[in-house]
Amino acid sequence: MRYLPLTDADRTAMLAAIGAPSIDALFADVPAAARHRGLLDLPLAMGELDVERRLGAMAAKNVSAGSVPFFLGGGAYRHHIPAAVDHLIQRGEFLTSYTPYQPELAQGTLQYLFEFQTQIALLTAMEVANASLYDGATACAEAVAMAGRVTRRNKAVLSGGLHPHYREVCETYAQFAGEELRAEDAAPGGGENLAALVDGETSCVVVQNPDFYGEIRDYSELAQICHRAGALLVVIVTEILSLGAIRPPGEMGADIVAAEGQSFGNALSFGGPYVGLFASREKFVRQMPGRLVGETLDADGKRGWVLTLSTREQHIRREKATSNICTNSGLCALAFTIHLALLGEAGLTRLARLNHATAVATAERLSGIPGVRLVTHSFFNEFTLRLPRAAAPVVDALAKRGVLGGIPVSRFYPGREELADLLLVAATETVTPEDIDRFALALREVLR
Amino acid sequence: MSEWSRALSAPAAPEAEVAQTISGNRGLQIEEPLLFEQDSPGHCGVDLPEPAPFRSRLGGLERKGPIGLPGLSEPQIVRHFTRLSQKNYAIDSGLYPLGSCTMKHNPRLNEKLARLPGFADLHPLQPEASVQGALELIDTLAHWLKTLTGMPAIALSPAAGAHGELCGIMTIRTALEARGDRRLRILVPESAHGTNPATAAACGYEIEAIPANSRGRVDLAALKAALGGDVAALMLTNPNTCGLFEDEILEIAAAVHAAGAFFYCDGANFNAIVGRVRPSELGIDALHLNLHKTFSTPHGGGGPGSGPVALAAELAPHAPLPWLAHGAEGFALVEHAQGPAGRSIGRLKGFHGQMGMFVRAVAYMMSHGADGLKQVAEDAVLNANYLRVRLEDALSLSFPGICMHEVLFDDRFLKDTGVTTLDFAKALIDEGFHPMTMYFPLVVHGALLIEPTETESKASLDQFVSVLRGLAERARVGDVAAFHAAPRLTPRRRLDETAAARKPVLRWRPAPARQEAAE
Repeated sequence: MRYLPLTDADRTAMLAAIGAPSIDALFADVPAAARHRGLLDLPLAMGELDVERRLGAMAAKNVSAGSVPFFLGGGAYRHHIPAAVDHLIQRGEFLTSYTPYQPELAQGTLQYLFEFQTQIALLTAMEVANASLYDGATACAEAVAMAGRVTRRNKAVLSGGLHPHYREVCETYAQFAGEELRAEDAAPGGGENLAALVDGETSCVVVQNPDFYGEIRDYSELAQICHRAGALLVVIVTEILSLGAIRPPGEMGADIVAAEGQSFGNALSFGGPYVGLFASREKFVRQMPGRLVGETLDADGKRGWVLTLSTREQHIRREKATSNICTNSGLCALAFTIHLALLGEAGLTRLARLNHATAVATAERLSGIPGVRLVTHSFFNEFTLRLPRAAAPVVDALAKRGVLGGIPVSRFYPGREELADLLLVAATETVTPEDIDRFALALREVLR
Repeated sequence: MSEWSRALSAPAAPEAEVAQTISGNRGLQIEEPLLFEQDSPGHCGVDLPEPAPFRSRLGGLERKGPIGLPGLSEPQIVRHFTRLSQKNYAIDSGLYPLGSCTMKHNPRLNEKLARLPGFADLHPLQPEASVQGALELIDTLAHWLKTLTGMPAIALSPAAGAHGELCGIMTIRTALEARGDRRLRILVPESAHGTNPATAAACGYEIEAIPANSRGRVDLAALKAALGGDVAALMLTNPNTCGLFEDEILEIAAAVHAAGAFFYCDGANFNAIVGRVRPSELGIDALHLNLHKTFSTPHGGGGPGSGPVALAAELAPHAPLPWLAHGAEGFALVEHAQGPAGRSIGRLKGFHGQMGMFVRAVAYMMSHGADGLKQVAEDAVLNANYLRVRLEDALSLSFPGICMHEVLFDDRFLKDTGVTTLDFAKALIDEGFHPMTMYFPLVVHGALLIEPTETESKASLDQFVSVLRGLAERARVGDVAAFHAAPRLTPRRRLDETAAARKPVLRWRPAPARQEAAE
């Protein structure tokens, strides 16, 4: 087996050194009934070529996003990833290192995480950020839990504009943590009065910007109402690129920002791995979940980095930890950091503008089709259309015509009649004018 | 002797002289400032077109004022991150014997396959007809993991081991409550990973620690005494974090089940038994597997991971969403708690799980096959036992007898030397090795937990042994100052963690002078 360096001669010599008569003797502590000397009913070892053929055949059965006009978003966005990103994250020193528990051997990881934390703080206009969580949805659940610790209250209000997966993850976590959630009904175009739901027992209000339907709103007033009631405002961002164009949550008075960072550096990859971003006010930092990297000095007085405030974490605090999280999304955070570093301020704002321009062009074109109505007023690179009939069969019909034309909202809310006609459409810089033409043509045909 | 070889054998120049370079660099160790300190305002490493004029629809919520991100070109970025990478140790560079972390070789085939556009460039919410190959891959992973564990169901969405624990304990609590049985406590052995008690607490349970016996295993009598009608589960790691197989596991399982509780197993150490022992035959009801340990998806400096959870039949109806179903038209995803999934705990993360890790794990398992995986467990256990016998007279072995895939030493061999476990670990760094896990598990004093994995050669182990024996000898003869000064040859020497925590600096900020000038 190509990955196993021991030879049979090595094994014999080592067993002799150990004084064990056979390898079985080393498994003597396993109850005899559970010891398998034979092989399990699985295929035998394969060479690289065979494995590549088997998995290649599975991959070939899928319609990859880049092979067709593609307009899906809904919390996962297709962006062009500069070649340097994947080259750099595949350096073995990054790819095959562990969590930086020995800082003298991990200054590379620690420095990029410090840079990552700084990038997140700047993008969100928040004071501090952590070194990543699993994804945006779990970051959202962690934000609700943290708001509970900060306020010592356990009632959270969730906007109906929150991504349904995020809401569902919050609900799963909350039923075990003893949090009460009040989730507003899902509906595009707003109409919810979150301020009216805030009272003296509210730990936080969770809103998403742009929201699940693509709508951009100013939450400054809601932040003030929350703060007057002693509650926190949690702002969720599922398309982090939007912060290259729109006012950041920190400027609206957010106390905690939880976001999905996939858009920078990370492929769609059928939903994971992605990277959860988490930022807050500095005064709440000791209630934060996850790892934090801090600056310090070494024995020679030189600047360096270490994991810090570990007394919040499970490996020190055990059942009193702020979260049970251990492994996070280190390498995805690196991809994020490199992509955003390549963009820089100028590239980020231009890429955001390009996304917005493409989405505006797509929205104008599609909403010109008879019976199709744009229901999102202000948006970044994603918007919602109301079709003259149920969106799910339309999306399937579009796929048959070689267009991946958005996500039917009914995929998230089956059985909700009033949402059945809604289609969520995203258009990033990867969409060409020809793609828009083909989408518009196909949609016109399907709806005819 | 030639001049050249004489120069080689001459004593090294004193440390201070070596350090005094004009640049501050030391040969291959190059000082690298932060990205933010290399800003060329307006510069960019990506060329993008400016869009044609269009009517903005941002609703007057445009971002105003600069963000503060630095501008650099691609060559500067590539050099920056290359230099950073050179300040890291990695399994690609050498032995990485972190106990309970399973730092094994990461095959590059797996990286190549995870990047196939048919997997990497796939949106999670595409129509199911367009992702049948992806669902087949997930189904293949499920089949392998169910066969290896002997368990009837597997939940694939958890993002890492601790997330898998959360899944398992939530599932257990839901199953108990479905019986109308609200229990309050979870039992966790003292030697457990910190994630175990943290998970149980996050699920609303009280935690009771169970002591270890003198053989480094769960004290069965103490366990039986703690069990009662209000205990929801035992969370046990097996092989445990002392590197020992819980040889009374069948009695443990029987006692847990007799009390009406569930038996959760932390499968972080599954590498010791993969292909040889099936957890279902040990009485386990739920077990998480770390694909980033046993199945070699790269650790990536701390993630991403993947933590599927194998579940017994009674727990399976409560598995998190989504589920994979075999429908009339191929594979289908069950994404809502309706119909057969009506008793699911719900969703644990966005979308369907860590697909990129699934592809790597399947490639790893197919490459090894049933025969190779069994060999993995055998070689991992053989390597650890080889280290045990080669080191037991030089270091202090915590528990006598055979170990599994890792071997635990404590600091008795350092007694009265003035050298601590930390000093010993830091000295190992100067010798070109990553230290073992230190001060964990908590059941022995000054723990040194060594897990070599199956991907180390005998020569590599022999070299490691000679270094450890040499360091132990140095400690014994009293070369304390050298230990306290270690590491001396790394890009940074010991870092002041106390100062970092006292006044946390968690991000870069512009220097005050620059800020004032801008105002």
